[in-house]
Amino acid sequence: MRILSLAGRRLAASIPTLVLILIGVFLLLQFAPGDTVDAMMAQMGGGDAATAKELRKFYGLDLSIPAQLGNYLWRLVRLDLGFSSIYGKPVASVIIERLPPTILLMTASLSFAFFFGLLFGVIAARGVNRWPDTLISTLGLIFYATPSFWFGLMAIVVFSVYLQWLPPGGFEDIGTVRTGIWRMLDIASHLVLPTLTLGLIFLAIYLRIMRASMLEVLNLDYVRTARAKGLDETRVVTRHVLRNALLPMVTLIGLQAGTMLGGSVVVESVFSLPGLGRLAYESVVQRDLNTLLGIVFVSALLVISVNFVVDLIYARLDPRITAEG
Amino acid sequence: MDLTRLEINRRTALLTSAAIAANVINPMRAFAQETPRKGGVFNVHYAAEQRQLNPSIQASTGVYIIGGKIQENLVDLDANGQPVGVLAESWEGTPDGKTVTFKLRQGVTWHDGKPFTSADVEFTAMNMWKKILNYGSTLQLFLTAVETPDAHTAIFKYERPMPLNLLLRALPDLGYVSAKHLYESGDIRQNPTNLAPVGTGPFKFVKYERGQYIIADRNENYWRPNAPYLDRIVWKVITDRAAASAQMEAGELHYAPFSSLTLSDLARLGKDKRFIVSTKGNEGNARTNTLEFNFRRKELSDIRVRRAIAHAINVPFFIENFLGDFAKLGTGPIPSTSTDFYPGANTPQYAYDKAKAIALLNEAGFKPGTGGTRFSLRLLPAPWGEDISLWSTFIQQSLGEIGIPVDIVRNDGGGFLKQVYDEHAFDIATGWHQYRNDPAVSTTVWYRSGQPKGAPWTNQWGWQDTNVDKTIDDAATEVDPAKRKALYAQFVKEVNTELPVWMPIEQIFLTTITAKARNHSNTPRWGSASWHDLWLSA
Repeated sequence: MRILSLAGRRLAASIPTLVLILIGVFLLLQFAPGDTVDAMMAQMGGGDAATAKELRKFYGLDLSIPAQLGNYLWRLVRLDLGFSSIYGKPVASVIIERLPPTILLMTASLSFAFFFGLLFGVIAARGVNRWPDTLISTLGLIFYATPSFWFGLMAIVVFSVYLQWLPPGGFEDIGTVRTGIWRMLDIASHLVLPTLTLGLIFLAIYLRIMRASMLEVLNLDYVRTARAKGLDETRVVTRHVLRNALLPMVTLIGLQAGTMLGGSVVVESVFSLPGLGRLAYESVVQRDLNTLLGIVFVSALLVISVNFVVDLIYARLDPRITAEG
Repeated sequence: MDLTRLEINRRTALLTSAAIAANVINPMRAFAQETPRKGGVFNVHYAAEQRQLNPSIQASTGVYIIGGKIQENLVDLDANGQPVGVLAESWEGTPDGKTVTFKLRQGVTWHDGKPFTSADVEFTAMNMWKKILNYGSTLQLFLTAVETPDAHTAIFKYERPMPLNLLLRALPDLGYVSAKHLYESGDIRQNPTNLAPVGTGPFKFVKYERGQYIIADRNENYWRPNAPYLDRIVWKVITDRAAASAQMEAGELHYAPFSSLTLSDLARLGKDKRFIVSTKGNEGNARTNTLEFNFRRKELSDIRVRRAIAHAINVPFFIENFLGDFAKLGTGPIPSTSTDFYPGANTPQYAYDKAKAIALLNEAGFKPGTGGTRFSLRLLPAPWGEDISLWSTFIQQSLGEIGIPVDIVRNDGGGFLKQVYDEHAFDIATGWHQYRNDPAVSTTVWYRSGQPKGAPWTNQWGWQDTNVDKTIDDAATEVDPAKRKALYAQFVKEVNTELPVWMPIEQIFLTTITAKARNHSNTPRWGSASWHDLWLSA
């Protein structure tokens, strides 16, 4: 019950934020020159003014901006995200189609980054200023400093063009129809390179945070006490240090869950994955306001729920922080 | 100018030239001994997804590359650029130019099994070409009715004379037929068939996964005997150009149409024996680079200033160093690939002459002020291609040297069209003019006055010339081909004299295709063609 009431309060507090975000994005896009009909004309390579006028009426663009905004918010109240002008179907279904690849890619790369970031962070902290630390920190910096598009392209050149181990792009193999476990394996093989490309950048951040936080906790008094009790070093690290050192990592995952939805435009483009990042980019270029606002809406909901889960995990990791807080 | 950058570009250009030269021979290799092989999947790079796939309501290469294999046009162009019947078997025009009769092919069926008849042509012409299709609505403005005395005759009636040659050169692009029984009820634009097209063509639509791929399979009941050869065509949506090149190399793509790869990758793949990089098969998709002047700026309304700007830019140098063999010097709005209308280079041209440019500006009264500045300009480049971006920087540097600082304002597609063609918020703009086989289709609108505000790629310069208007109108309704050609030569002469828009560079798109493909690039608009005879060798 306590959790439910907390969830309720959180949700109520986030509704004004959500409305402000939506109005902000709506107005921002009004400042961009051109509307979806201009974008469509650009794509078609021409058209006459009468057609353009008719299309504007069709998309409801002949109304004043406050009227358009009012219409949008009123539809949102009825849980209707509107109609996408580039896809010619409801925004909700457009977004739902794009969610699975996005969520798969994101959970895979975040888990990868989290797990290896944790592992290497601990190793680096335990061997601080010796060769494992230097090696891990240098590699981490290199991954962090490399642009993801270059990393992705190089991965394609090495693993797809030369070695031919992995497919160069796409979400699944189009040539043959697979079902069940074979389809899963096929999708997995398509996701290896994008996951690594995206994950290596996150990895560097997690690694640095984990190392710093481990070093801090390792110097606390209770660790000395644990050692004085005669516990071996592995036990000290896993039972006593890790749990406390994990808090900043969990905070970071909560923050990055928000950026992960829209933040993978580059990786999705390089590996031709049908994800939300590319959809958002396309909606901006095509001035498809409904779709863009829909994506913002869904991302905002996701951020709110992830942060909620993070709060719960905090309480689990550190009993001093209660879910009440 | 920045020399290091020029050197690099020069090197790329030279490598490219060598690559192209080596490959020009390739498509000409004799394949006579090989017997066509049935089967195989052909994978095509699809760079920019469109909102729909029906070429009867949208004239653009992004639609033809898919819809052109599924739906068919009345007429297409043959290897020599001459009209050849597809769904129409023959045609005839009356001497007054007001009636054109098409005899339609018999025994053709739609992919859903229904017969193709003149009712489909009548419906498509009156409801799609005349009302919705971009450029079609201008072409068919004076079409009053399509009569269908029997199921295989369609008689087009025009209020004003329609030159038969114009119609036959426009119909390959603007003459795709849709099935009446699928479109007669409801809003045509919102018809779900637009995203799952049904046609009479060699390939049947199978599936469209937005953001991923489109699949079409062989039409077993296709009307041409023994066609098509391929089992399947797959269009893969890949928005990143470099990734598309990598997929070509990994063998996941067979064909990248319409210069969809980066200039450096085109040069690199051109040297690779597995691929052919060539302009062949794109002659019908010629374009020119433009420099558009806004006459609302006092300085630019002076003809001496426009000429001075043209004289100040060294076009041959730009082409040689930045575009290489991908482009050649242009002579006006009608490109040299247009054998029927090209008037030659004997019209006013503006060779590079910096001294003359400075003299013209001084004569016009725009003397250098403080810091050598005469006046400054806002340049809006279109975001369509790498070449426009390079060209706009080159304009900026060239004009800077004669005391005209240029501020480049970059926008995305929608923003560019809005600011230039609707809000007129530019001083000079640069983009592409697409030439579509006849000047009346999409060329003369760049010069004819009275274009509604907001219509992209039309005369929005605030410029009007009654002589030019008259030449354009006369040519559009002139039925005698020789007289029409003469009128268009006069038109080029007039607009090159007045220079409301300068078109100094000609370009043709580049095709990148696997060396295993046979019967490819064999018509001037091959990327848009039906590919009924295309096959892959083992």
